[in-house]
Amino acid sequence: MKSATENVPSDGQFTLKVEDLWVTYLAERGKVKAVRGVSFTLRPGETLAFIGESGCGKTTLGLSLIRLLPSTAEVEKGHILYRRDTEVMDVLQMNDRELRQFRWKECAMIFQGAQNAFNPVLRIWAQVLDTARSHGVTNKKEIRQRMEDLFRLVQLEPERVLRAYPHQLSGGMRQRVLIALGLLLKPPLVILDEPTTALDILTQRSVIDVLRDIKEKMDFSLILISHDLSLAAELADRVATMYAGKLVEVANVWDTYYHPLHPYTVGLIHAVPTLAGEREELISIPGSPPDLIDPPKGCAFHPRCPYATEKCRTEEPPLIPVAQDHEVACWHWQQVQEDGGQRMMVYSEAKAG
Amino acid sequence: MTQHTNGVLELVHVERTFKVGRRFVRVLDDISFSIGKGDILCLVGESGCGKTTTGKIVAGLLPPTGGEIRFLGQNVWEMNKEEFRHYRRAVQIIHQDPYSSLNPTQRVSTILTAPLLRHGIARNHKEAKEKALELLRIVDLTPPEDFYNKYPHQLSGGQRQRVSVARALTVNPEFLVADEAVSMLDVSIRVSLLQMLERLRNQMGVAYLFITHDLAVAKYFAWEGRIAVMYLGRIVEIGPTPQIINNPRHPYTKALLSAIPEADPKATRSKERVHLRSLDVPSLLNVPSGCSFHPRCPLYEAGLCDATVPQLVDVGDGVQVACHVVAREQGVA
Ligand SMILES: Nc1ncnc2c1ncn2[C@@H]1O[C@H](COP(=O)(O)OP(=O)(O)O)[C@@H](O)[C@H]1O
Ligand SMILES: Nc1ncnc2c1ncn2[C@@H]1O[C@H](COP(=O)(O)OP(=O)(O)O)[C@@H](O)[C@H]1O
Ligand code: SF4
Ligand SMILES: [Mg+2]
Ligand SMILES: [Mg+2]
Repeated sequence: MKSATENVPSDGQFTLKVEDLWVTYLAERGKVKAVRGVSFTLRPGETLAFIGESGCGKTTLGLSLIRLLPSTAEVEKGHILYRRDTEVMDVLQMNDRELRQFRWKECAMIFQGAQNAFNPVLRIWAQVLDTARSHGVTNKKEIRQRMEDLFRLVQLEPERVLRAYPHQLSGGMRQRVLIALGLLLKPPLVILDEPTTALDILTQRSVIDVLRDIKEKMDFSLILISHDLSLAAELADRVATMYAGKLVEVANVWDTYYHPLHPYTVGLIHAVPTLAGEREELISIPGSPPDLIDPPKGCAFHPRCPYATEKCRTEEPPLIPVAQDHEVACWHWQQVQEDGGQRMMVYSEAKAG
Repeated sequence: MTQHTNGVLELVHVERTFKVGRRFVRVLDDISFSIGKGDILCLVGESGCGKTTTGKIVAGLLPPTGGEIRFLGQNVWEMNKEEFRHYRRAVQIIHQDPYSSLNPTQRVSTILTAPLLRHGIARNHKEAKEKALELLRIVDLTPPEDFYNKYPHQLSGGQRQRVSVARALTVNPEFLVADEAVSMLDVSIRVSLLQMLERLRNQMGVAYLFITHDLAVAKYFAWEGRIAVMYLGRIVEIGPTPQIINNPRHPYTKALLSAIPEADPKATRSKERVHLRSLDVPSLLNVPSGCSFHPRCPLYEAGLCDATVPQLVDVGDGVQVACHVVAREQGVA
């Protein structure tokens, strides 16, 4: 087992540095504040996972990183600094040409549910060719050669799969086709949104194993977005927990799962049953995630939090470093540390009746 | 195989085929189990293995094309009208999608009082309202007055699913078929729904056919009950939950458990994997001969596994397994 920090230099190097990013959607009911002041650093070669329940802004964050937000969305503020070698560019300032170059060549994103978005009447090879050409690779032989190598890397038989129609492949195989395609131009940054969601267990396993394998063999930084805590547990070096459009905790994977300091992370981790051993007691977090049109003042988690005080209801806690590789946005993280999140467990029992 | 006679609800050699184009597809093949009062039976397996179809047959929404479903010893599809109505009331189903299973034009009040009045459980509107408020309290929608006049779209996914449960409870069922009932809910609210369902069992003796693709959820909910593992329309292993989870015997159950990613980085990264011979899931249009798992099975023996369909046999600890090799090694073949 590789340690989480082994391949993560913490010397301030970065592939991506996001600063105070705000994204809203214009909806009928009002402005949805989907991403509210998110800042983080993605280090070269690392896998950073974004976790949190549906609607907390993960996909919006991912889409804004490559500027593929729908037209109803607006980036109100922020910087997305991308670094290649010694050059640093703000993705938000790129012109059309630079942006085209950035997408795929620098950064590949595989969208949520994209495995179901293949053209049903075209063979995989035709779709691969289309995609490659639209990104400026025109030599058919070269594409074929590279795709065959990549397919083998993601455990697909090149001959068979390239000849197949999408419906002849399982969801997991199609997901692996997309991963291979994303790697065609060897981008230094890959973003995967819910890559295993809605796949069967054995198929999920094949996708996870493939991701782990290519991560070892190739050199790129990976952003994983998933509501499924097991995906981050499998693959992440660091984990960023999102709640109501904000990052509430960013920590190495071990701290996130074994010593979380934000009450929400505590709740989330203890809400998911595991398989080993006896049946364990689980937490349910009372209430439900807030409406992002009008998120709660102060700490957005306060209506559901047993540690909340008056301060939490009025002042927003900033994300601050509290230990090596561990940041948290909670006024009372020290209490959580002291009682090991115990108050969260008792509270959930009391509320559930 | 053992015949259960003490079950209140029994499937006996149930088969179900569907016509797809000009061909018949056998979606369920020789499914037998029984569920007694207050029991929990959990059906697990990958998508398409027949869990929902089994659930529909149990709830009387779909007749089997072979075999029988019996309620209190009587073949459901040979019942007279009155008996069938009683059975249909006793077995209620909760569906996966809380967004589509409630009528969006009806308020919670109507959703709950209509069946109460229709089935004569409440004699008048006042009584129906009282009963409906009590049901809302039972499913933890408190204070109930806050929810009584709401429309489904004014509720969160978890709250809607609670209303679905309350509606199922209007007719005092003995059985609930919960088909992926918590799968679409966020994890932070999933547990409280499971705890509520568990309380119904403890306090009201409700029995469950609990369907899920998530074995960790099955473990949590059915710890005191049983799990049946399905593969391509057949049950390959069935037994007490702790046995199935901690001591699986069938190679498919083993493969499944070893493959499941878990929310525990140390455990999930160091898990030993069972390697399958093939990742391809066979089509129901072309089910492999003999044991349908044989093309993928690590224990496969030519001439045995591809020749005859293995029957479920007792292998001890209350567990039954349908595997030629396991049965031989247990000395029960
Ligand atoms: N196209 C859109 N128009 C309006 N609101 C949207 C749109 N897409 C997402 N949202 C809202 O933005 C918030 C964040 O959504 P999303 O980024 O999809 O979250 P996640 O990926 O974590 O589930 C949610 O409240 C969602 O309803
Ligand atoms: N009405 C139907 N007509 C034809 N095929 C069906 C019908 N209902 C289900 N099936 C098929 O039966 C198989 C089992 O489906 P289902 O019971 O829904 O499985 P699960 O719930 O385990 O995912 C699937 O291959 C499905 O396509
Ligand atoms: S800041 Fe206050 S309300 Fe927010 S998580 Fe911490 S204790 Fe709870
Ligand atoms: Mg999303
Ligand atoms: Mg189903």
